[in-house]
Amino acid sequence: MDLAKKLGLDDIELNYGTVKTLGPFIALVLLFILATAINPAFLSAGNLRNVFARTAFIGIIAVGSTFVIIAGGIDLSVGSMAAFISGVMIIVMNAAAANFGVGVTTVVIGIITSLVLGFLAGAFNGLFITKGGIEPFIVTLGTMGIFRSLVTYLADGGTLSLDFGVRATYRPVYYQLILGIPVPVIVFGIIAILSTIILNKTSFGRYCLAIGSNYEVAKYSAINVPKVRTITFILQGLCVAVATILYVPRLGAASASTGLMWELEAIAAVIIGGTALKGGAGRIWGTIVGAIILTLIGNILNLTDLVSPYLNGTVQGLIIIGAVMFQRSGSN
Amino acid sequence: MRKLLTGILLISVLFVLGFAATPVMAEEEMTIGVSIPAATHGWTGGVNYWAERTVDKLDEANPHINFVLATADGPEEQINDLEDLHAIHDIDALVILPFESDPLTEPVRYLKEQGVFITVVDRGLADPEIQDIYVAGDNPGMGRVSAEYLIDRLDGSGDIVVLRGIPTVIDDQRFDAFMDEIEDTDINVLDWEHANWNRDDGYEVMQDFLTRFDQIDAVWSQDDDISLGVIEAIKEVGREDEMFVVGGAGMVEIIERIMDGDALTPVTVTYPPDMISAGLEITVAHFNSEAPILGEFIMSAELITQDNAEMYYYPDSPF
Repeated sequence: MDLAKKLGLDDIELNYGTVKTLGPFIALVLLFILATAINPAFLSAGNLRNVFARTAFIGIIAVGSTFVIIAGGIDLSVGSMAAFISGVMIIVMNAAAANFGVGVTTVVIGIITSLVLGFLAGAFNGLFITKGGIEPFIVTLGTMGIFRSLVTYLADGGTLSLDFGVRATYRPVYYQLILGIPVPVIVFGIIAILSTIILNKTSFGRYCLAIGSNYEVAKYSAINVPKVRTITFILQGLCVAVATILYVPRLGAASASTGLMWELEAIAAVIIGGTALKGGAGRIWGTIVGAIILTLIGNILNLTDLVSPYLNGTVQGLIIIGAVMFQRSGSN
Repeated sequence: MRKLLTGILLISVLFVLGFAATPVMAEEEMTIGVSIPAATHGWTGGVNYWAERTVDKLDEANPHINFVLATADGPEEQINDLEDLHAIHDIDALVILPFESDPLTEPVRYLKEQGVFITVVDRGLADPEIQDIYVAGDNPGMGRVSAEYLIDRLDGSGDIVVLRGIPTVIDDQRFDAFMDEIEDTDINVLDWEHANWNRDDGYEVMQDFLTRFDQIDAVWSQDDDISLGVIEAIKEVGREDEMFVVGGAGMVEIIERIMDGDALTPVTVTYPPDMISAGLEITVAHFNSEAPILGEFIMSAELITQDNAEMYYYPDSPF
């Protein structure tokens, strides 16, 4: 580094670094310009509210995935987990409605159920990975199937629907605006800020980065590696729980098709945002931008008939690859 | 810790097996294999519900018939199921709702050649010679009946949006028949998108259509699950007086709305998942009857209105 300084190379590094860091953000701005050019209605307050509220689910889950991936893990079970937690929440709230009525108490019971389940599901994944010594890919592939089939079983293969009275009480959690901003977006913002602090300002955050960049060194540096890794999966579970709490009041239903492919979208958001898939480096705001980019693509495609809907997947794929290429163009 | 985890795993497996294990009848003179898609979305959920219900009922009424039910996540898995049904359970008859027509044709033909009686439900195989009984759903009819209602309601002119299902042959048949029917009218399809027979996708696609178009006279959502998402999106922006929604299938929640006279969902068109029950009943009737019962049975697409909704109302069905 000293040598680099003498040769004046550190400035160049900094420039490259800036492009790399801002990459996802620039991609987002380009998409905004493109969308507005295609259909000016894109910038209407209503549409922007829709886009950001939709982003909240994947975004919140992806924040959890950022920790897991930075610490060198991966969690494939989040979509199924969201479906399973939604299903159990609905069953519990329907049962609670019979005893406690359709008021706030029932909704609070549902929310607590969700958080407890998210914690337990995350702990299940984390403990089988760290104490059981099985690769995260395998454990979470297993739980992906388990959670998905459990919700199918609970729903008798169909759809679980929330009691209409409870739905009316719970509805504002998704639909209410506070100062013109939908509640899910506000929750998403709070989680983003909290997790940025956890990742950048706490020893836990630094341990995650250390484990992801070099497992062995972290172990010999007296970091309790199994504990930290387990906590990342518990955090992921809690993020899924929060996303589910916001998701259920939207349509008041859960079925086997709930949260399908969310795991891939969450992982994609993390990578588009500039976190390394192999771990060791990453940032929360990048993940948030990544999640917004993913939602935007779908929104833009719905706002135009320039592209045949049969080709939606192609456009999505190209933009994802393009965004990541753009983000990395500064760093060889 | 590892032992504890292993213990948890073992107990879970035993627990799940406990659910699945059902006593097998000792006296078995014949076996009917049932092969259907797993409950991957609402409609197939309904198929599973009706298949299990009817199998239970027929099992009880016919002690000499043994039933084996297999659900598959895709055509490949369904082919494996067929092999297992033949090799392990040595079935005498097969009732199948094929995932896709083409890939399943040869495997079913093989069973036929081994002397298995074949009943096909919903989607036909590529070669209709194979089946002994065919209980067909009328996909083009569903598109046509929906279009007829829309033309009638809109007096032959208006702007509509269409939300389609998962890109498949079924979806194409419905959509093509619908488009043929409205071709000579002044009904204009503003745009269509796939909503994958899924409530969440229905909600999001409809939100974007509402952003894009200032005036929409009607929505053809083709599926009641999609409709429920569409309704939520319309209500969110308070445009429920501007349009109405025509769905399809005959889902409990939609039938309830029709019975209540909801202006937003005046009708739906049947494409009942209980056609699997008809397939099972007719197959058993074939074996129990003295005269052979063979041939094609078409479950026609019916318009459900407030007047006849009661007839299609099964409050216990999960779909």
